[in-house]
Amino acid sequence: MAGQNCLVANDWICWDYVTSRSQELTDATVQHVWITGVSVVIGLVVSLPLALLARRGRRWAAPVLGLTTLLYTVPSLAMFSLLLPLFGLSASLVVTGLVLYSLTILVRNAMAGLEAVPEEVREAARGMGYGPGRLLWQVELPLALPALLAGVRIATVSTVALTTVGSIVGKGGLGNLIAPAVNSSFKAQVLTASVLCVLLALVADLALLGVQRLLTPWTRATRAPRAARRAKPVPAEPAAPAATTPTKGA
Amino acid sequence: MGVLGQAWDWLADGANWSGENGVWHRLGEHVYVSGISLAIACALALPIGLWLGHIGKGGALAINVSNIGRAVPVFAVLALFMVSPLRSAGYLPTVAALVLFAVPPLLTNAYVGMREVDRSVVEAARGMGMSGGQLFWRVELPLARELVMTGLRSGAVQVIATATIAAMVGQGGLGRIITAGFNTYNTPQVFAGALLVAALALLVEGALVAADRLFPRPAAR
Repeated sequence: MAGQNCLVANDWICWDYVTSRSQELTDATVQHVWITGVSVVIGLVVSLPLALLARRGRRWAAPVLGLTTLLYTVPSLAMFSLLLPLFGLSASLVVTGLVLYSLTILVRNAMAGLEAVPEEVREAARGMGYGPGRLLWQVELPLALPALLAGVRIATVSTVALTTVGSIVGKGGLGNLIAPAVNSSFKAQVLTASVLCVLLALVADLALLGVQRLLTPWTRATRAPRAARRAKPVPAEPAAPAATTPTKGA
Repeated sequence: MGVLGQAWDWLADGANWSGENGVWHRLGEHVYVSGISLAIACALALPIGLWLGHIGKGGALAINVSNIGRAVPVFAVLALFMVSPLRSAGYLPTVAALVLFAVPPLLTNAYVGMREVDRSVVEAARGMGMSGGQLFWRVELPLARELVMTGLRSGAVQVIATATIAAMVGQGGLGRIITAGFNTYNTPQVFAGALLVAALALLVEGALVAADRLFPRPAAR
């Protein structure tokens, strides 16, 4: 009886809403997770070659970093709008926008990780007869992994938040529940979807932290604090990616 | 060129600039809301960030505020305000959401800027007998200025960009031009709205850079 009342009374917290609309909530969450997941994975696949390209010298670094930073300043609502003529009202529209945003963070972190590989390690590997490809896969990438994964965590968390804006084309995961609920003043739906969205970001962050620990066991023993500190955003000139980029408006 | 040309035609049409839904009115709303939000966020974040940086404590707070801010969707915060009693409070929901969103980068940059000041310079100033206040105003703040201004600039650009989200819950601003175009499948209008927001962001960034140049810089490092 109390449950029925909370829907009628339009309470903020309403368990009855969660149970009666569990299918709707699950669908929205699943859509949210896959849009975020696909975006980050594509972002990662695109950003690695870009980072390798940017590493080849100033001539490549400036345009790559400049372009990805410029993309980040495009408002999310405008970004989805500008891509509209290319993709129409589809999930690929949202995913493309999110990928473009994730590049800023991922490229910078991949570069920072690759640059942090000590030169003597490279020299040693070359001395042991490693070619460029093997050097990259077996030495440089594993050593760059902590910084790279730190970037993946930042990108994932902000992508989870940004996905909600995709509701403008009906592909916003949990944002799809928020937008109509505002018009009808359905408090429980807005609050529940918002909380789920934040929880999703936290769960994703923790899960990736776990992956990071599994993949880089060598950082745990003695260098864990330092790795953790490096994962913290540190603003760098000219466009502080760290202190500033993380809060992309959603 | 198609859409871009049509967007240009839309912008060139004087009829689109006047009236309640015209560009001028929406631009005014946008500037008003962004300006107030940024001012409040600065008033809150800069003193706290600079002071925490000065005393060298609260680094975890500054970083964590920034991390949490990243996980909270502005759209959701705005939506929450819109279904609360704040709904009828005019611009208040938008301003409140934008302030919450602008504080983390400003706070973190102010804190990091103060902490990045060369410790040996701070020690030298102390050795010369400077008090905490003198150290803060004459040494740390001028040296931290670059990063603090970077934070302010990107904060301003992000607030302007994010203020478009307000349109998704029916509030004013340039975002309304974009959403209105969306609802009527008017792609040139959507494009024009996005261009207007980008132009405003660039203009404000340029103005902030110019304002920064007006003030004397500390002697070369």
